Amino acid sequence: MTAAVDTVGTTASGDRVSLLRVLGPAHVWALGVGIVLVGEFTGWNFSADKGGSLAALIVCWVVGLLYTSVAMIDSEVTSTVAAAGGQYAQAKHIVGPLMAFNVALFLVFAYTMLEVSDAILLGDTIVAKAGVDGLTHNSFIAATIVVLAWLNYRGVLMTLNVNFVITAIAYVSIVILFFSVSPWTQGAVLKLNELVTPGNALPYGWIGVIAAFQFGIWYYLGIEGTTQAAEEVRSPARSLPYGTMAGMITLLIAAAMTWYVCASLMPWEYLGITPYPLWDAGKLTGSPLLENLLFVATLLAALASANGCINDAARAWFSLGRDRYLPSWFSAVHPKYRTPYRSILFLLPIALAFAFIADLNQAITFSILSGVLQYTFMSINIMMFRRKWPLGSIRRGYTHPFHPLPAIVLFCLCVVTYFAIFLGFGSQLIAMVAFYFLISLWFHFYRYKFVRRGDQFSMPWPKPQGY
Amino acid sequence: MARYTPPEQGKAGQIFDIAVVVVTIFVALWLPLKLGLAGAAKSIDALDAKTWEALGQNATMASIWGKLGYTPETAHDVIQNRFHYVTDWPTLIVMAIVLIAYFVFLFRASDREYREVINEKFNDK
Repeated sequence: MTAAVDTVGTTASGDRVSLLRVLGPAHVWALGVGIVLVGEFTGWNFSADKGGSLAALIVCWVVGLLYTSVAMIDSEVTSTVAAAGGQYAQAKHIVGPLMAFNVALFLVFAYTMLEVSDAILLGDTIVAKAGVDGLTHNSFIAATIVVLAWLNYRGVLMTLNVNFVITAIAYVSIVILFFSVSPWTQGAVLKLNELVTPGNALPYGWIGVIAAFQFGIWYYLGIEGTTQAAEEVRSPARSLPYGTMAGMITLLIAAAMTWYVCASLMPWEYLGITPYPLWDAGKLTGSPLLENLLFVATLLAALASANGCINDAARAWFSLGRDRYLPSWFSAVHPKYRTPYRSILFLLPIALAFAFIADLNQAITFSILSGVLQYTFMSINIMMFRRKWPLGSIRRGYTHPFHPLPAIVLFCLCVVTYFAIFLGFGSQLIAMVAFYFLISLWFHFYRYKFVRRGDQFSMPWPKPQGY
Repeated sequence: MARYTPPEQGKAGQIFDIAVVVVTIFVALWLPLKLGLAGAAKSIDALDAKTWEALGQNATMASIWGKLGYTPETAHDVIQNRFHYVTDWPTLIVMAIVLIAYFVFLFRASDREYREVINEKFNDK
């Protein structure tokens, strides 16, 4: 069986059809950055709440290192295991079915909760802008999730073309804001020296820096989503590493600019709790143009992110159905639009339910937790990949340098992040791990009997070393 | 190794399995939210004197709070709502054990399943 056969699903009538290979590097960039860029518009700033403004900057760079490791590792494995489901397909070929099942769930919940966060942000931003008494965010949240699910139902190319445009607009708005506030001059608009002082830079000390790792993840969470499009990319070995690395560089620049402007415009106590720091930054410049630009950009970033999240979560769920890890009913591909429509529709009410019950920081924490569990897996996965198939034994689209340093760095930073989440959000951490533990027991002792064993290994590789 | 033929799952079984997944999601993730067990563990360190000075805000900060629509009274609960980082060692150790046990189970059980996959795929060669 070849990787190409992996792209096949079935229609409701039983016909076998495949996902379309229509995407290029720009779409990969748009998928990755589109999902993540909303992190600059909300979420990262909660790290200031946990540790102060300086802690938010420190974690911006340190977590950037974590994600650089993620991008390097992911580019190698994905350019070699180019199949829908991204890290799920990697886990299936390198670690085993139960790990693959968990990784797919990590992806689904990281993206679904990120989608929930996006919808809450969008709703809250519109309500705040409207300033109408009694107006709630519920209708905006519902409309966002339902309309984007419909877009995804209709087709991946249209979805990602939309993402490319709105992501670019949102990114440009950050650049415009940055250059509009004369970043090279302090005192005129920006007042970093007066807002971040020796007395308040690290209000909780270094423990606050550690605690801030939790939301520092939000600067970049989801960049690894580029791999979800592996089966729909025309040239995975070239497009995936190129799109992912370009996306990471884009985000590092955006994160640095965002921190500098926001920390120079508002006290850390406010920065740490506002749902829309960049829009607030636009307001505080005193320019109506910037205020409105950042308002629109906040909405666009939330839309782009939610759009990409639905795309990725549905593909991970689809992969689970196709391999019978979940009922095969989910593996249906729409006969006309060639999308995993049942998976899209199934995840829709789950997203809606959480959007109505969770707060923004709770939804973000669920997403971050699933992301960190996934990164922990990735650090071990690459070690196993290199051990089972050493360099030269199979053709790799890309080989990342300095192995095993990125894996070790990634693993250590994941451990720090677990401790960071424990500091303040321990109950959610326990709830999430309990969920994955329970569902793993269910899979291993019951559901796995429906899985065809040999079919789980579809790459044309030699037998792994040690087996 | 003989090729494993999994049982076919009927519609009722598929519906039951979908229900199990949905129930697990909502019990494990939605219930803690509903019961108020999730979210940030913060509390307000109340001050008697609600002035910008007492709240540790300099003139620049006070002017920005003003632009954002806050007075010292309304900003008090925002500024004084703090995390109190005390490492609860027993809880931390339990959490670490749960996390490690989860990953150990994942890798060991996955390895058992993976050997079946490899044996069948490569016909024990």
